[in-house]
Amino acid sequence: MRWLRGGGISGFVVRRVLLGLLTLFLVSVVVFVATQALGDPARAILGRDATPERLTALQNQLNLDQSLVQQYLNWLGGLLHGDLGDSLAAQLPVSTLLHDRLINSAVLVFCAAVISIPLSIALGSYAALRREKPFDTISTNIMLLLAALPEFVVAVLLVILFATTVFTWLPAISAVPPGTHPWDDPKILILPTLTLILAVAPYVARIMRASMIEVLESDYVEMARLKGLPERTVLRRHALPNAIGPVFQVIAINLAYLAGGIVVVEYVFAYPGIGSALLDAVVNHDIPVVQALAMLIAGVYVVVNLLADVATILVTPRLRTRL
Amino acid sequence: MSQTEQAPALAEGVDTPTPPGRTSSLLARSLRLWRTRIGLLFVLILVVIAIIGPWIAPHGASEFVATPFSKPGQNGAGILGSDYIGQDVYSRFLYGGSSILLSATISTAIGMVLGIAIGLVAAYARNALDEVLMRAMDVIMAFPQILLALVAVSLIGAGWGIIIAAIALTTAPRVARVTRGAALPVVERDFVAATESMGLSRPRILTGELFPSILGPIMVEATLRLTYSIGVIAALAFLGLAPDPNGANWGSMIQQNQLALATQPWGALAPILAIALLTMGTGLIGDGIARTAAGIDRERGDE
Amino acid sequence: MSVQQQPTPAPAQPSVSVQDLQICTNSGVPVVTEVSFEISPGEVLGLVGESGSGKTTVGLSLLGHARRGLRIADGEISLDGENILDLGDEDLRRLRGSRASYVPQDPASSLNPALRISLQLREVLAAHGWGSRKERDARIAEMMREVALPDDPEFLRRYPHQLSGGQQQRIGLAMAFANRPRLIVLDEPTTGLDVTTQATVLTTVRELAALHGVAALYVSHDLAVVAALARRVAVMYAGRIVELGPAEDLFESAAHPYTRRLVGAIPRLTGGRSLVGIPGHAPSPGRRPPGCAFAPRCTLHIPQCDENVPALDTVRSGHRARCIRAQDVLRQARAKVGDPLDLIPADADSAALTLENVVAHYGPIEVLHSINLTLERHECLAIVGESGSGKTTTARSIAGLHRDWTGSIRLGDKELEASARARSTESRRQIQYIFQNPYGSLNPRKTIRETVGQPLSVFDIAKSRKADEMVQEMLEQVSLSASYANRYPDQLSGGERQRVAIARALISSPSILICDEVTSALDVSVQAAIVELLGQLQRELGLSMVFVTHNLPLVRSIAQNVAVLSDGDIVEYGATADVLADPQQPYTRELITNTPSLETATSEAMAKEA
Repeated sequence: MRWLRGGGISGFVVRRVLLGLLTLFLVSVVVFVATQALGDPARAILGRDATPERLTALQNQLNLDQSLVQQYLNWLGGLLHGDLGDSLAAQLPVSTLLHDRLINSAVLVFCAAVISIPLSIALGSYAALRREKPFDTISTNIMLLLAALPEFVVAVLLVILFATTVFTWLPAISAVPPGTHPWDDPKILILPTLTLILAVAPYVARIMRASMIEVLESDYVEMARLKGLPERTVLRRHALPNAIGPVFQVIAINLAYLAGGIVVVEYVFAYPGIGSALLDAVVNHDIPVVQALAMLIAGVYVVVNLLADVATILVTPRLRTRL
Repeated sequence: MSQTEQAPALAEGVDTPTPPGRTSSLLARSLRLWRTRIGLLFVLILVVIAIIGPWIAPHGASEFVATPFSKPGQNGAGILGSDYIGQDVYSRFLYGGSSILLSATISTAIGMVLGIAIGLVAAYARNALDEVLMRAMDVIMAFPQILLALVAVSLIGAGWGIIIAAIALTTAPRVARVTRGAALPVVERDFVAATESMGLSRPRILTGELFPSILGPIMVEATLRLTYSIGVIAALAFLGLAPDPNGANWGSMIQQNQLALATQPWGALAPILAIALLTMGTGLIGDGIARTAAGIDRERGDE
Repeated sequence: MSVQQQPTPAPAQPSVSVQDLQICTNSGVPVVTEVSFEISPGEVLGLVGESGSGKTTVGLSLLGHARRGLRIADGEISLDGENILDLGDEDLRRLRGSRASYVPQDPASSLNPALRISLQLREVLAAHGWGSRKERDARIAEMMREVALPDDPEFLRRYPHQLSGGQQQRIGLAMAFANRPRLIVLDEPTTGLDVTTQATVLTTVRELAALHGVAALYVSHDLAVVAALARRVAVMYAGRIVELGPAEDLFESAAHPYTRRLVGAIPRLTGGRSLVGIPGHAPSPGRRPPGCAFAPRCTLHIPQCDENVPALDTVRSGHRARCIRAQDVLRQARAKVGDPLDLIPADADSAALTLENVVAHYGPIEVLHSINLTLERHECLAIVGESGSGKTTTARSIAGLHRDWTGSIRLGDKELEASARARSTESRRQIQYIFQNPYGSLNPRKTIRETVGQPLSVFDIAKSRKADEMVQEMLEQVSLSASYANRYPDQLSGGERQRVAIARALISSPSILICDEVTSALDVSVQAAIVELLGQLQRELGLSMVFVTHNLPLVRSIAQNVAVLSDGDIVEYGATADVLADPQQPYTRELITNTPSLETATSEAMAKEA
């Protein structure tokens, strides 16, 4: 067990991964309890069509006669083997159903992240450098207002602005015909990605600005200037690396937030991803799909947080050497 | 003979800091900022609309007044036109705010109380209890707020109780994290140790010493949470998951009327503007409070 | 340690010349005015002042730098004949770190926590074009040897947090001397360092300055330290220089009342001395009176003092003072060594507090190894040690704030539980604690009345009107007027807050008072006033007191007995007079030798002159 208590980065990573796994395990319990253990799933599925015979039949089909713990273990076992069960609505294995959709959503989130993260870091840093000058005041206020707006409001406003009423440059619907890929027609990606960027970037930019301001006022930055270092060096070598540490956690939280945000965005733009799949599953009481997607989205959060923690450690030598 | 700080009187007169009697509390001071006033104005307008709307609406929420998607004034439609099945947009707009506002406020309040309690206890405990509580919070936070609401709705069906519970449940851990973060530095301060040496009971320390010291961050967080709660609840309605899908609800209205955005935009635009104004208002208030608190800290010299 | 000053040759052409320096806030409020002085190559000029005097601001301005919210408004700062205030941004940047450099007060926060020290050393050479890479590495090795640090690459690969405070400060010195500057500004570089480390740093500074012919400005609030280092001293008060002259003149017979009072407030190692503080506080920028800024607090005050600001006139050769009654001040007899302390005899047959075999831990580490102490009634016992010695742990264990200890602590004859919460109300009431940091020990959200009155409600002693009355009485006893009751801590100065803390501790009539470095965060004159107050209260109320401090001379002014702590053990324990005059243990002897004191510094300087 020495590697568990071991020092250095590897020891930390191991402990952190184990913690993440524990969290995932607890998350799976929560998902299971929320979907299968409370109330009667069979009744929920059948709704008004719940005659006693059909109830019993469905319960048998879903193995609901087994003990809760047994059901949970079955499900968990299936998950770990990649068997996500069968969709009740589509009579297909969940994995088949979700495969293409997962790729579609991943593309969307990837594009949004790859643009928004560097953009918000740059914006926040620049605003901090030009503190209280026009660029800063204007951009900070815009960020504030954008961050407050719910995503679907931003989405619909964008549609009004660019697709229907004001301009008609871009498609209002981003349907991806089955069998094709989102990148075959990049135009359809623009508005959904833009919505996601506008949902996340303002918040990260504000945090980056605050962190940068604090660093710029620190003693060691003042000292660097008093040593006669060129301003470029002061910013690049002294300010930025120290400012960015706290921002990793925020980026993680926001990436995870994106995972929830795609539900609304995919609905507005009719984009076939896991968000709209989740919505359909909810409406149809398609429990296996709901379970799988809930685990997936929560899993993304746990993984992203783990990466953020490791990244923070790498950037902060003080924490590193103490391990 | 020891000379006191008081005499010679001149010494005090020459350099007496701000006169006795505190300047007003954080809330009152933040109202001096323009942004807080504007934010408050936005919020008040919408709250007033939400409350007295039903009283001044010319038609009922489900009354048919004209052909679907008629422009304002056309075919007997009201000043904002008619919606997807011919109901009066203006009236439905007036009816549509109260449920969102009420449920958002209640769920935020519950979430805040829970979250503050957990955060304070965790911050003060600083031991295994802190770890356990924060792990539990992490587990709940792994679910984006809307996701948990969706899951709950999928199982039990859409009801205001369920929605409020889901939002409150997802609000609490986020508030707990912020509370704990704000309280941890205070816990280390000597004035808390002073009360510990007197033997002051733990609950009294939490409520009497810790909580008043973090009012600033708490208030800012409250406005932030309220903003998100409104957003999620409106989003749920937009997705068709409001308890009464055909009832007048700003979120549902947007979804119902978005098809006609090109020709009769008001059906969707009015509620969109209302929600936008409301959330921007709460956001501005929160920012105003945050800036005032930062200003006060600077004044104090933050030693 | 006897710090020897190298005899300086007759002052060469001054390399640094400051004329009529004025620094204002951005809204035009003057912070520093009419500051003029000169420094010759190889000379160290001391710049002394308490908090708010403007000394750090002056120090920074010598590099053309002003902190956020301030700007250098007027005046001339010449380095080797060139006025640096005329320089453009790029020239100013080239000046900093090469011809003029700065050693900051807090080495820990001035080093970039994310960079290895090798890089931070190298960049100051690279930025000013010091030769090739190999030459830079050679210079770095040389610098490290000059400041008595290891010059091997392994050490250089460390991060700042892997160095001790003293090592960090020496890195700061190395960086400052790297480019062989003409001027160095040192801003209280030994604050927070142990006395022994401080002595080493001071020697290094002096040697390097003399070696390289550098003009140095040493900014400090600690007169004793300055006396050991500087031949000439300038005293600042409320943004102006009020006295400027040879160090021994200022300390033996100053010409300005403020300097006199300041010297009188410094604790001395020899002779039981009652300290005298200066009542009131210095006016902040914007609230300075039209006449002499010190007049409101001055015992020699006459009506003419309030009319105009006195000019900095010559009093004797090389000695100037800003006081219209300077000659009267000079005529005042040299400050007496001081009245012996009027301490009530301790009551030898009743022990108020007994510590027996107390062993304390911080997590797995044992920090106190076996402490045995006795505090008798009416006694004041000082616990002295450097940082890490365990003195605060001892104090906190007595109060029950630190719970991880074993052994026996008895209040009278009653065994005390480890944690305050587990103890009886009566025990808690009997032992009261005053913290070091006056800014952290009062709840900023509570009024003074609420804070001072809290023990009354917690211990169920009095309520509402009776409680208010007791609060008023207590405030008066610590010399704060009744109007303070409604104020909030941020409206009070450090000394006033500490008085409030004392009031809070004493309002429940305890029998034992534990003072944990209660004056370490205060200016010298305020420290004297607080120590005075504590002594007076102890006599009036018959308290038994434990006084924890790292300041050895201070002990003389307040305690009958002293226990010297080192690394968790008591190394010496006895009557203050005995221990300080004739220390038995080598650690104590070293501590005393390393403590800078006015007497040794000035007597040596005078010996050198002779």
